[in-house]
Amino acid sequence: MISELMINAFLVSIMLAIGIALLKSRSVIYTVLLTSAYSLVAALMFITLDAVDVAFTEASVGAGISTVLFLAAIAFLPKKEEETITNQAFPAVICLVLGSILIWCSYDLPEIGLATSPIHQHIVPEYIIGSRDDIGIPNIVTSVLASYRGYDTFGETIVVFTAGIAVLAILKNNNKSLKKIKSQKKVVKNG
Amino acid sequence: MDKNPILRIATKILFAPIILFGLYVQFHGDFGPGGGFQAGVIVASAFILYAIVFGLEKGKELFPLNINLFLLALGGILYGGVGIVSMLLGDEFLSYNVLGSSKQAGQHIGILLVEFGVGLTVSNVMIALFYAFVDFKSSNGETK
Repeated sequence: MISELMINAFLVSIMLAIGIALLKSRSVIYTVLLTSAYSLVAALMFITLDAVDVAFTEASVGAGISTVLFLAAIAFLPKKEEETITNQAFPAVICLVLGSILIWCSYDLPEIGLATSPIHQHIVPEYIIGSRDDIGIPNIVTSVLASYRGYDTFGETIVVFTAGIAVLAILKNNNKSLKKIKSQKKVVKNG
Repeated sequence: MDKNPILRIATKILFAPIILFGLYVQFHGDFGPGGGFQAGVIVASAFILYAIVFGLEKGKELFPLNINLFLLALGGILYGGVGIVSMLLGDEFLSYNVLGSSKQAGQHIGILLVEFGVGLTVSNVMIALFYAFVDFKSSNGETK
């Protein structure tokens, strides 16, 4: 119990440090790398909560591929973020109030992993028994994801597909229109 | 970046194990942590690593854009196809029980195919996005 507390305190203090460093950093590449590090620590946090599948996704998607895609995309951005000094008292008050409300509410949450908490009473026993008897797969997360919630995963796949197609369409069209503008300019210059 | 021997040789050594690990995560998702989303990202990272180190041209030689776009669509079609096949066999959309000889065998086949569809779509979307971003940059650079 006390070791778990120490691990959590360690991870939370790293996350806090990364958050403060993110606030301070004005260079875009540092921001991307710090976000990646934050995802990695979040993945460790999910492991301490015994959510290995989520941790795996966070590590591979959050810390891995999204960093690469961000790095590929920041080539179009200015290297430094502009300094914007405005009055930050109001946002700070909102953050503090919201944070303290959330911490206050967290005292009402059931203990993590408690078998009698409401979320483990409703449909979860059916999934746990069904995953063994009806589906025959040891990993309950996979049986929920692919079989019980097959529709949702289908939707997710289609969302990933649509998002990919949309970005491709925008970038391809932009390339073409850039060429068009270029050729038009040439025509204007030559004419 | 292809002048750097350490990067080049490390990529050549790592390329196959990354894909092997991706396939392990893909097909071992029933028994341990993993599944289509994670596996897709891992496989995509192998191809992206190759394209980063050896350049976009070599990356596109290894994994051409038309195959990429074809597989991108095939993943979603595979997922939906499993649902339609289960409908044709007389059950509801995406209910895998009828796909195999027994209920559990059907569920195994269905989950394996569906996860493979997810993996195909995710990995190819990631590769396609990376290609598109890098391509956009080079064509944008010409106009400047």
